[in-house]
Order: sequence, then C-alpha cells, then structure tokens
Amino acid sequence: MQLRPLAVCAIVFFTAGLAVSSFAGFREFIPGLLQGAAVTIQITVGGCILAMVMALIAAMAKMYGPLPLRWLAVAYIEVFRGTSALVQLFWLFFVLPHFGILLDPLTVAITALGLNVGAYGAEVVRGAVNAVPRGQWEASVALNMPRALSLRRIILPQAFVAMIPPWGNLFIELLKATALVSLITISDLTFKAQQMNQTTFRTVEIFTIVLVVYLALSVLITVGTRTLETFAARGIARGR
Amino acid sequence: MTTPMVKFDNVTKSYGTLTVLDSLNLEIAPNEKVAIIGPSGSGKTTVLRMLMTLERINDGVIYVDGDPLTHMQKNGKLVPADERYLRKVRGNIGMVFQHFNLFPHMSAMKNCMEAPIHVLGLSKKEAAERAAELLDMVGLGDKKDQYPSQLSGGQQQRVAIARALAMRPKVMLFDEVTSALDPELVGEVLNVIRKLGTEHNLTMLMVTHQMGFAREFADRVCFFYGGKIAEAGKPDEIFNEPKEERTRQFLSAVLEAN
Amino acid sequence: MFWDWNYVWEITPTLLRASVVTIQATLLGFALAAVLGLVLAILRMSKTGWISVTAAGFVEFIRSTPVLIQIFFIFFVFPEFGVVLPAMTAGVIALGLHYGSYCSEVYRAGLENVPRGQWEASTALNLSPYITFRDIIIPQAIPPVVPALGNYLVALFKETPLLSAIAVLELMQTAKILGSQSFRYVEPITLVGGFFLVMSLIAAAFIRQVETYLNRTLRNPGGAR
Repeated sequence: MQLRPLAVCAIVFFTAGLAVSSFAGFREFIPGLLQGAAVTIQITVGGCILAMVMALIAAMAKMYGPLPLRWLAVAYIEVFRGTSALVQLFWLFFVLPHFGILLDPLTVAITALGLNVGAYGAEVVRGAVNAVPRGQWEASVALNMPRALSLRRIILPQAFVAMIPPWGNLFIELLKATALVSLITISDLTFKAQQMNQTTFRTVEIFTIVLVVYLALSVLITVGTRTLETFAARGIARGR
Repeated sequence: MTTPMVKFDNVTKSYGTLTVLDSLNLEIAPNEKVAIIGPSGSGKTTVLRMLMTLERINDGVIYVDGDPLTHMQKNGKLVPADERYLRKVRGNIGMVFQHFNLFPHMSAMKNCMEAPIHVLGLSKKEAAERAAELLDMVGLGDKKDQYPSQLSGGQQQRVAIARALAMRPKVMLFDEVTSALDPELVGEVLNVIRKLGTEHNLTMLMVTHQMGFAREFADRVCFFYGGKIAEAGKPDEIFNEPKEERTRQFLSAVLEAN
Repeated sequence: MFWDWNYVWEITPTLLRASVVTIQATLLGFALAAVLGLVLAILRMSKTGWISVTAAGFVEFIRSTPVLIQIFFIFFVFPEFGVVLPAMTAGVIALGLHYGSYCSEVYRAGLENVPRGQWEASTALNLSPYITFRDIIIPQAIPPVVPALGNYLVALFKETPLLSAIAVLELMQTAKILGSQSFRYVEPITLVGGFFLVMSLIAAAFIRQVETYLNRTLRNPGGAR
C-alpha cells in the first residue's frame, strides 16, 4: 500500500488491455465475471464489518475485561492468528454440520474470514490504544472520568486515527482471502475464473483479467483508506 | 483549629526496593498555597500524583477535607479505596500537568466541557457557559474553538487550567506547569495562577522550579530531599536563611543556573 | 459421536507424512521469498527510474492480488507458454513470489534504516558500491529485520494449505481426502488446525526469543560476549 497506486494501475491496465483485445469472445464472459465480482465484494464487505466488530470486542476484552473474558479473547486471537484462514473456512464448512449447525456457504465464508481478520484486527486496535500517550489517561483521571468514558471519548477517538492505515492493509488481506471461498463452492470471482477456464481454455486471458479485477478492488480499498486517513487526520485529531 | 484541607499521614511510596517517599507527614490548611521545591528524584512530583490518585500509596493515609482519600471506612476500619469510592472523593481535586495533556481531538471549549457534562452531569448549555467564562478568565476568550495543536504552549497550559477549574475542585495541583514552556511563555501562565490565588478560594499545591514565583506566591515552601521534607517554612525563611545545608546548596545551585 | 479417538490414531501417521510436504513447501517457498525479497528491495532502491518503478509496481501488484490466483496462474498459465511445472513446484514458486514481495518491504525498511552517514563514510573510503552494500550496509540492515522476516515465514507456513487447490498432497489436501473417504471431517480438519496452531505458537515464541536476543546485541554491538 506504499506506492502511488494509480501509477501501478496504469501499467497493469495497459497489460490488461492487451489481454482483453486478444481475447475475442470476451464479451460473453463479462456477465459471469461481474456476478463473481459481486459475490467477492459482498463477502469482503460483510467480512470487514464482522472483523471490525470482533476486533474491537476482542481487544477491549483482552485489555480491560475480567479474567475469564480476557482468556477467551486471548484464545480467540491466538487460535485465529495461529491457524490458516483456509483451515478455519474448511472447519466451519465441513465440521460445523457434524454438530448440527447448518449454515449456508456464504454465511460460512463471511464468518470465517471476518473472524480471521478480526483476530489480526484486535492486535491493531490494542496497539493503537496503547500508543495513545499515558498523559491522556492521567488527564481523564484528574477530571474524574470513569474508565469506560475516557476510553470511549478520549482514548478511542485518538487511537482510531492511528488504526486506519493498518486496517486498510487488513481489508486488502481480507479481499485477497475471499479467493479461498471458491474452494467451498461459492461462485465468487475466482470460482467463475476456474469455471470458465475449464469450459473455454482461454487460461491466459481469464486469469490475467481476474488478477486485474482483484488489483482494481485493492486499489479501491487503498484509495478509500487514504481518503479516510487524510479526512480523519484533518477532522478528528489535529496533531498535538 | 480547622480541619486541614489536605493531610498526609505517614504516607510511604516505593517502587520495589526504591523508596520514593518515606513516611511523609504534611498538613495543608484550606486556601493555603504551598510550593514544593527540590532536586529531581526527590519525590516531589510523586506527592501530587498520589494526591490525584494516579499512584497508589504503600502505607499511610491521605485525607482531603477530613475524609480519607486513599482509603474508605468499612465496618469502622480503613481499607484501601476501590474505584467507586475514588470517583466520589477525587472530584475535590484538580490537576494541571507539565505536558498539558489536553485532548488533541477536541477544541479548547470541548476540552473544558467534556468532564462537566459526562462526570458532573451538567447540561450542554451550563457546561458551555462555564467553559466560556473560564476561558475568558484565563485570557483565551478568542481562542475557544481552536484545537490544541493550533495553540502555543502557554495557551495550551491556560486551557488546561480552565479545564481543571471547570470541575470546581477545592484543591488544585500544579505539576511543573511551566517546565515544558519556552521562557517567554512562562509569564502568562504564572499570571493566571496568580489571579486564581487572589480571586478564588482554592487550596493550591505546586511543584515548581520557578523560585521567584514560589517566593512571591506561596504561603509555605517545602524543600524535598531524598523522599522526605528536609525543610519547610515561610518563603522568606527558606530563601533568606535556610537552616539546612542541603537547602542552601540546592538554592545556590538553582540561582547560579539562572 | 463428535470425536473418535480410534479414527484419530488411525489417520495420524498419514497426516504426519503429509506434514513433511507442508514443511518442505514452507522452507523452499521461504528460501525463494528471502532471496527474491532482497533482490526486489535492492532493485527498488535503484537510482534508475524505470527499474525502481517496475520493481515497486511488481511488488504492489503481487501484494494486492490473492495468492490463490497466483498459484492458479503459475500452474495453469505457464504451460500455455510451454513451461509445465509439477504442482508442488508451481505452488512453491507462487508462495515464494508472494511472500518475496512482502519480504522486500521488510528489507527495504532495514536498508533505509542504515544511517546515510554509513554510505558517506564508505564513499569517503572509496569503497565500491558493491563492496559497500555487501560489507557495510547489508550486515547492518538485515539483523534488525530478522523478526519481521520470521513473521512472514509463519504467515507463509499458514498459507501452504492453499496448495491443496492444485492437489499438492500437503496436510490440508490429505485431510480432505481422508474426510471424503470416511465421511468424517471433524478429526482430520481439527488435527490439521491443531498442527498449525501449535507450530505457529512455537514459531512465535522462538521469534520473540530472537527479538530479545537481537535487542540486546544490537544495542551493544561488539560489546562483551
């Protein structure tokens, strides 16, 4: 996420243009790819929301929760960071039904990816909260604010600004991880690509185009978080 | 004799084997202004931080306005205070920090309104009136909507004073409030404190390196050395005829530096 | 019954054999990533505009797209150009490429953290750029970033189950086959998860050790040992 993404974009879209122009019957595949992209976006957005919620809850529980809750949070974070996203996805997909829990694949996908990225996000939240200077807590104590209030009104708003860039990276990781859901029969972009590859054998063109679509979505996320970052830096915290 | 506003009763504070304050006994009368001076590491800032409950004490009891601050009554016995009790008694005390610790994401007004609204339960309107009045008092009536980063150090520290006053404390603590300021900004902050001393009924404790100000402003000066009060008395006594050798050494070293 | 210990004992040897493939893929992939990362980082610092921009664009591109697609790309697309690779090789290359891009950012941070004065002193001693890099810059740039590289080693390790998508017989693929044979997925997949968890926790603890060791020695370079 470090580079002027637009420059890269230009280079790659040029390559993509070449690929597309050599791919005569491309038009008839556009609807299929668009459907796939829509599913990918849906899972990404759903996963992001779940990840942010889980990250906040887990971080707060780990930092300020009573002991059993703290252990639970630590267990959640370690287990989901310590095992692969694919293992988690398969576990929810193949194992949960054995316990009588039947979820449709899309729910499984959003849950698995959201929980996975949420575990990484919890450490992002924790790091950002810890990075707020101690003096801010002390000033809150001196004003006799209860802990929850200082956390909500003083600490988190400042931590939020520091969280945006790492969250941008996590969102991109999540977008990339959505490719895994093709392995549990969800017809996302990757699944559609596989499918078309098997029917048309236009392997080079299909995979190039799909790569470009993922790249475009990543760039979209990057541009989004950058915008939010400058906005937040200007609007919420004006430096100190 | 009236009840002291603040009373340290045999208070000890240590970190591991390092004793920062060694059985401190100190009584401060209502409306009294006390300056605490001494070399760094003498435990003087710790006195304020304990009183603000930012540090737990290891032994002894601190009383504020007759009530124990660090402890609470339980079945006729004093036990260490819990958070709920602390929140009840902490409201008597306000503190201004060396590094201001203003909330960077809030304007000067909002900094002064946050705690009155959410802790004291004031309405927005009341809190705004109070904040405006106090910002006027510290001479920042025209900077109300500025954010901390848009203010000079001296202005930030004056906002911090207004923010603390908005909670209507009985005791105000000033922890080296001019140490982080450029020399030309020190005066404006000291003027505000001076004004507070004459216009308000406030007990004040200040840790300071401004010997001139301590001498002119304080009713009593305490010289800390090695976790103890080495010497205490009226400013004139301490500065003109210090009894202790250590005090003399410290004062001459400070004067030489100036 | 949710959990059958007999079945667990039955499949453990098979899974252990498969874990060897997983570890092989991890080590080979990371070896590639470590070398490729350094090359990319150096190219990216090149003073020739188009080299650094191309390297940067490549890194960004790889980092912005899914590894799975990259695996497919190498496995399915390369044969179109006459390069037929066994699944394992294709998978290792894809993982190495992907994590090489991540590693290049780590190396870059390390290289940029070497003070400018080191370059200037080397110039003053009339050392060639190559010698400066090899003897002065790299030895200072790499040790501090070893923990960060270690984290990517663990991350790459956790991505190896993706190779199951091109039928490499690593842990995940083996577990899936076992599951489809016995219609019992609970044990194999849970065991695989447990294996990854234990290995990751051990690796994380090891990296922390390395980190404290480095913190101690780097702050006191050449000091008493």
